[in-house]
This record gives sequence, structure tokens and C-alpha cells, in this order.
Amino acid sequence: MTHPRLLASALVVVALALFPLGAGNYPVKLLQEILIWGIFAMSLDLLMGYAGMVSFGHSAFFGIGGYVAALALGRSPGLVSALALPALAAGLAALLIGFFSIRVSGVYFIMLTLAFSQMFHAYTFQVSWLGAEDGLVGIPRPAVPGLDVSTLRGFHAYLLVLLGLLALALARIVRSPFGHVLRGIHENEARMEALGYAVDRYKLLAFVIAGLVAGVAGSLYSQFNGSITPDAFFWKTSGEALLMVIIGGTGTLGGALLGAAAFILLQSLVSTYTERWMLILGATFILFVLFAPGGIVGALRGRLGLRA
Amino acid sequence: MPGDLFAQALNGLAYGVLLFLLSVGLTLIFGMLDVVNLAHGSFYMLGAYAGLSLIAGTGNFWLALLVAPLAVGAIGAVIERSCLRPLYRRPPLDQVLLTFGFIYLFEDLVKWIWGGRIRSIPPPDVFSGSVSVLGAIIPSYRLFVIAFGLAMAVLLFFLIERTRLGAIIRAGVFDAEMTGGLGINIHRVFTGVFAFGAALGGLSGVIAGPIQSAYPSMGVTILIPALIVVVVGGLGSLKGSLIGSLLIGQAETFGKAWLPEASMLIIYVLMAAIVLVRPQGLFGRPLK
Amino acid sequence: MSAPLLAVEALSRAFGALSALHRVSFQVTARERRAIIGPNGAGKTTLFNVITGQLAPSGGRIRLEGAPIEGLSPHAVARRGISRSFQRNNLFPKLAVQENLRLAAAAGAPGTWSLLGRLERQRGPLERAREVAEIVGLAGRLASPAGLLSYGEQRQLEVGVALATGPRLLLLDEPTAGMSPEETQRMTRMLEALPRDVTLLIIEHDMDVVGSLADRVTVLHYGEVLTEGTFAEVKADPRVYEVYLGEA
Repeated sequence: MTHPRLLASALVVVALALFPLGAGNYPVKLLQEILIWGIFAMSLDLLMGYAGMVSFGHSAFFGIGGYVAALALGRSPGLVSALALPALAAGLAALLIGFFSIRVSGVYFIMLTLAFSQMFHAYTFQVSWLGAEDGLVGIPRPAVPGLDVSTLRGFHAYLLVLLGLLALALARIVRSPFGHVLRGIHENEARMEALGYAVDRYKLLAFVIAGLVAGVAGSLYSQFNGSITPDAFFWKTSGEALLMVIIGGTGTLGGALLGAAAFILLQSLVSTYTERWMLILGATFILFVLFAPGGIVGALRGRLGLRA
Repeated sequence: MPGDLFAQALNGLAYGVLLFLLSVGLTLIFGMLDVVNLAHGSFYMLGAYAGLSLIAGTGNFWLALLVAPLAVGAIGAVIERSCLRPLYRRPPLDQVLLTFGFIYLFEDLVKWIWGGRIRSIPPPDVFSGSVSVLGAIIPSYRLFVIAFGLAMAVLLFFLIERTRLGAIIRAGVFDAEMTGGLGINIHRVFTGVFAFGAALGGLSGVIAGPIQSAYPSMGVTILIPALIVVVVGGLGSLKGSLIGSLLIGQAETFGKAWLPEASMLIIYVLMAAIVLVRPQGLFGRPLK
Repeated sequence: MSAPLLAVEALSRAFGALSALHRVSFQVTARERRAIIGPNGAGKTTLFNVITGQLAPSGGRIRLEGAPIEGLSPHAVARRGISRSFQRNNLFPKLAVQENLRLAAAAGAPGTWSLLGRLERQRGPLERAREVAEIVGLAGRLASPAGLLSYGEQRQLEVGVALATGPRLLLLDEPTAGMSPEETQRMTRMLEALPRDVTLLIIEHDMDVVGSLADRVTVLHYGEVLTEGTFAEVKADPRVYEVYLGEA
């Protein structure tokens, strides 16, 4: 990373860390929501922006992470329940769903990922042992050694550390030899096959990693709210993450965080004035796809004269 | 018991017909424009609501049956012309993303105009009763739906396979660039096919109204089975849509009756099986 | 005579009623340089597509050192040591020339699964990429995105990418297509200078290139093998002349 970028990132991290000291409860909660959705959006960006796989069912892993965390934390509120189990469950689900969705061509991938996430929604909506429509409530905060995560500031620190670790890990993956293979697949999948790469296997690993991270995000969401509902699996959840990635700019990781911030702020603002937030969301989606496919980061890069 | 079984089979058939009309539009649009129109369920929903208003306003189901699909088709044409056409040069994925945005738009629009409550739609007077068929008591409207759907299937096959317009569509589905090279205004055909697909979706929605009622989330609810039909039947294949929707229609209906908690799972298992064994679907073009 | 490196036996490929390849048979020995010629539509690129697994054959066999490879997926065929270049540039336009070549060189290496490693640590592919860049004359353009290269340079890169995988059998589909006479000469010299342990199978329209490079020539016409022989023999064959006359 170049020096100005490093400095800017450091400043952002410091600002985020100090935020609860100055601001009131509501803004801090909003920020925490941004951080959680930011993790979710980054995981989708790994898939979309780097591997070129557009999943319309990413909420499946978010939801699995959320529900597994809810169930596990109810029994044993430690970090294993809070992070390891949800990630594992989401990763396994991604392995299974990915296995089916990737073996068929790109178009079927879109349809299968959407269908699978809706399957989870339908299931959790119906069955009573998962709370049906109301979901699961009373989810405790995990016991984190050395930190009281049940307070606003404690949870904030916990979130920041996790976000930092995940962001670093994803950034490292994206620059790794594996990440370069993904980029090659995105650029020209057929040629990668012709060169001898078992493209489907690389895509599956990318899908599993993205699912894993989305699972962590979902679990954090459970912990943040203290509850989880079938909405976590709903197509709208996938769509929101998609829009965040698009707004921020695909293939930039940092853009996903920006997009999450922009989206949540926009939503919070618009919802105070009108009930028609979904309408505006849809219109925003359409407008961005039509006129700003590079997202905020793309526009910024253009402004600064850099190649996208 | 056998009467019940038969009644379920007829219900499954009626549902299958709805799926067929919807998935035909999906598969044609994909075949021609390379776009998976995720907003296709929205056309279904718009058809149902248009039907609701037309019937409420004119009291005439048959008028609604004629006008609602035309209205939805017009909406489809506008969307294609204004939003999809500028994206032709971009990867098809961008267009799919666009249609996804429309799902939000239409669902909230419908909520805004008609409210979020579920609205029931009366069947036409002539089909408002029940009849007894082979020991099964079934609303006569459902028999109408089955008959109408099968008639539409025959009409569509005739249109696609035997007319010049159908030949153009088939050629476009096979190779749009070449068809354009033959001097046919391919852009107009694209708009036409999209509108036609939308109209079929709207038609399915109008007919579905008296059975399923109208509610804002009905679009996505039917989209998923329609996508599964297309995966199972094969993208771009009319025959695939028919067989697929009859299959899925029965699977989902019997699933709901016998294993309500796992009803959805059955169609997903079907889908997964096809993907494993024959990825291009029953009648789709081989993937390689 | 040694066993052939590549043996194509009665290979056929039909598209519905259209027979693009019909019972094509020929053999290529190791270290040979074979040219495949024939008028447009003769099925040459289809032949390559079937050999490399992009298309499944409708019938017949393909053997690489005796082992059947027909019906294998493209990446499996590539792993067995067959690499190909494409008639129309099939590169990674947004990636740098060096990355284009490095990706090719790294194919099949275990390092590509490294999630947290650094790219620079994988010296092998990087060095091979620079080597191949030298060979194809693009050493000065390593940092340029492939999409910004001139057409001729892209053609060179196209060959380079196929070469960088270190194949035993290199299939080149009209490597000099669309090139100027100087560029064509440069490409021909470059191909001549390749080590003989890379067996070449080249589709070409330019007869000068064929004359300079090819040990033997196979002529395809309407999906069938018309004749085979040295360049001189084929050139003298009146049937070949006729077949091309229809093309002029």
C-alpha cells in the first residue's frame, strides 16, 4: 500500500475507533450497523468484483451465520459460538450450494443462488423450532476475554477488531496468487480454462470464503440486534448487499464499506421522510446500473484522473 | 381418497399452467436477449393487480383478461426500450442487475397504489361454482384455467413453430447477431419479444388472481418456482417450459399437501438432481 | 518410426446436419512442425477446438502419446501438455502483459492455491513470463495492459500466452492473421527459433510462413483430409490448387 493510502486508512480507523467517545447512542448504533453490513458487502465484493460471480442469494450465508449464532450463543456464549460455528456452518452451506450452482453456466448460477436463499427463507419462515416468522430472540452477547461486549463501547471495539482482521485477510487474499487467478477468471474465464486452470474449483473456494465471511457478518448481526428473523435470508437482504457493492464500486473492497455507509445513511435519511424507501432503493439500483456502473470509487478514480 | 388425489392433481395442473405462461416469457426473453429477467415475477404481480382494478371497475373478467396483459406488455416494452437497450453493449449481467432493481420498484409501487393487504379477486360468474369430476369436487374456475392454459400452449406452439414471426423469434433465439444481419430490425424484435414475454406474465397473473388473490410479494413468490421450471426444462425451450411447469406444478402441490413443512424442499431437490445429471435441463441446449 | 505425439483417428464433429469434420485422420510426431491448411470453412479451427476439448467430438479418437484425450475438458487437455493460441485475440485486456504471461506460466502450479502468500515469492512463473516476453519481443511492454497493445503486439502476446504454459504440443491458430509483412516475418523468425521440443501444429493461410516453418502439411477441405505431404509435394498437387482457386 502506498503511503498516502496507508495514512488515510489509519485516519479512518482512528476516527471509527474514537467515534463512540463523542457521539450519541443512535449514531454509534448506525455506525455499528454500517460496519456489520460492510463486512457482508465486502464478502460479496470478493465474489462479484474479483471472481466475477454475481450471486443473488448471498443472504443465505448471512442468515445461516445469524441463526447458528443465535442457537449456539443460547447454549454457550463464547467466541466459538459467536464466530467459529457460524462461519463454519456458512462455509459448509457455501460448499454445498456452490457445488451445485457453479457447475452450471453463469446464467443458471444466478437463478440457483437466488432460489437456494429463498429456500432457506421459506424453511425458517415455516418451522416453529426456529421461531417461524418471528425468528429467534434473546440472543446474548458473547463473553469475550478482556472485553465487556454488552456495552455499546465494548461491542464497538469488538466490531472494529473483527472488521480490521477480516478486511486485512480479504485484502491479502485478493493480492495473493489465488486472488490473481480469480482476477484472471473474471477477465477471461474461457482462456483460463484453456491454460489449464480448473476454474470451477477456484470459483468454489472463492464462494466458500465469501460465504464464510458473510456468515460472520450474519452472526454479528444477531449479536448486535439480540435477535434474528427469516428476513436475514430474504432476497431483499441479498439485494441490499448487491446495491452496497454497486454503489461503492465493485472490485475495490474498500468501496464495499463506502457503499454500506452510503446505503445505510441514505436509508436512515429517506425513511424519516417517506414510507417509499423500497421504491427509492429500486430506483437507485436502476440508476446506478444505468449511469454509474463503477460506483463511488469508480467516479472518484475518474475524477482523480486514474484508470478505473 | 382417489377423489382427493385427483383433486390435488387438478390443482397441480392449474398451478402448472400458471407457471407455464410465466416461464415461457422468461425462457423466450432469455433465449433472445440473454437476460434473465428477474423482474418477471413483477409482471405476474402487475397482471394480477391490473386484473383486480379492471374487474372492480368494469365488473367484466373477460375484459380484464384481454386488457391487463396488454397493459403489462406495454410496460415491458417501455422498460426494454428505455432501460435495457442502452445496456446491450455491456455484459448481460448488468441487465440482470437492472431487472433486480425493478423487483423493488414494482413491489413498492403496487403497495403504494393498492395497499399492502391481500386483495381477493372474484372469478367470472360463469365459473364461480364447483363441479364434480371423477369424484373430486373442484372449483370450475380451475378447470377453466387448465383448459385455457392448454389452449394457450397449443397457440404458442403454433405461433413459434409455424409462423414467420415465430421463425424470426426462433432465429433470434438461436443467433441474434446473424438474424440482425439478415436485415431484420433486431432491436424491434427484442422489444417485441420482451413485451410479449411480459404480456404472457401479466396474463398468467390475471388468471391467477381468482385463485391466489393479489398481494405485493406474489411476484417473488412465483418467480422462484418459475426459475426452477426454467432450470429443469432448459433455458430457451418452449417444450421445456411446458414439461417443466407441469412437473414442478405437481411436485409443489403434492408436496404442500403431504409434507407441508418440507414442501419447498421437493422442488429444490428436483432442481439439484437435474443440475447434477443434466445441467442444461431436460430440453435445453447442451452447455458445451 | 517413433510413436506419434498426436494421433487423430477418424475424428468427426457435426453441428446438427452440418458436418464440420468428417473422419479426419493424421499423425504428428514429436519435434515435428506441421501446418494445417485449407480454404475458409474447411474445419481447421473446429479441429483445434475438438483437440483441445472446447468441443466434444461426434466420433473418432484423439491420442496424445497413445492415451486417448477426446472428450476431456479444456483444462484437462491443457494439463497434459497441449496449449493453443486463438484465431481472434483471446487475452486478458485489463491485465498487464506480464500478468497475462505469468498467469499462463503459473497454470497447474500448486502455488496458485496460496491464499495469503505474496505473488513476488512465486519466482518460477514470473521468470518464465519475462523469458517468454523476450522470445515474443514484448520485453519492453511488460507493464502495459494487454488491451492497449497494437494489434500486431497482441498477436505476439497471444502466441506468448500459449507458449508460456510450457507445452509439449503447441497449437497455433493463424498466428500471423492480420499482420503486416514485417510483423509476419518477425513472427516467422520467432517461431523458427523455438526449441524443437515444442512440437508445433499451425493453422496458416500465409503460404510463405508455411513454406518457412512446416516439415509437413495437411490439407483440409470441407472437413476432410484432402492430402498430406511436404510443402513442396502439397504445393505441386493440382487438387490443392483447385481447392484454393474456389477460394480466390
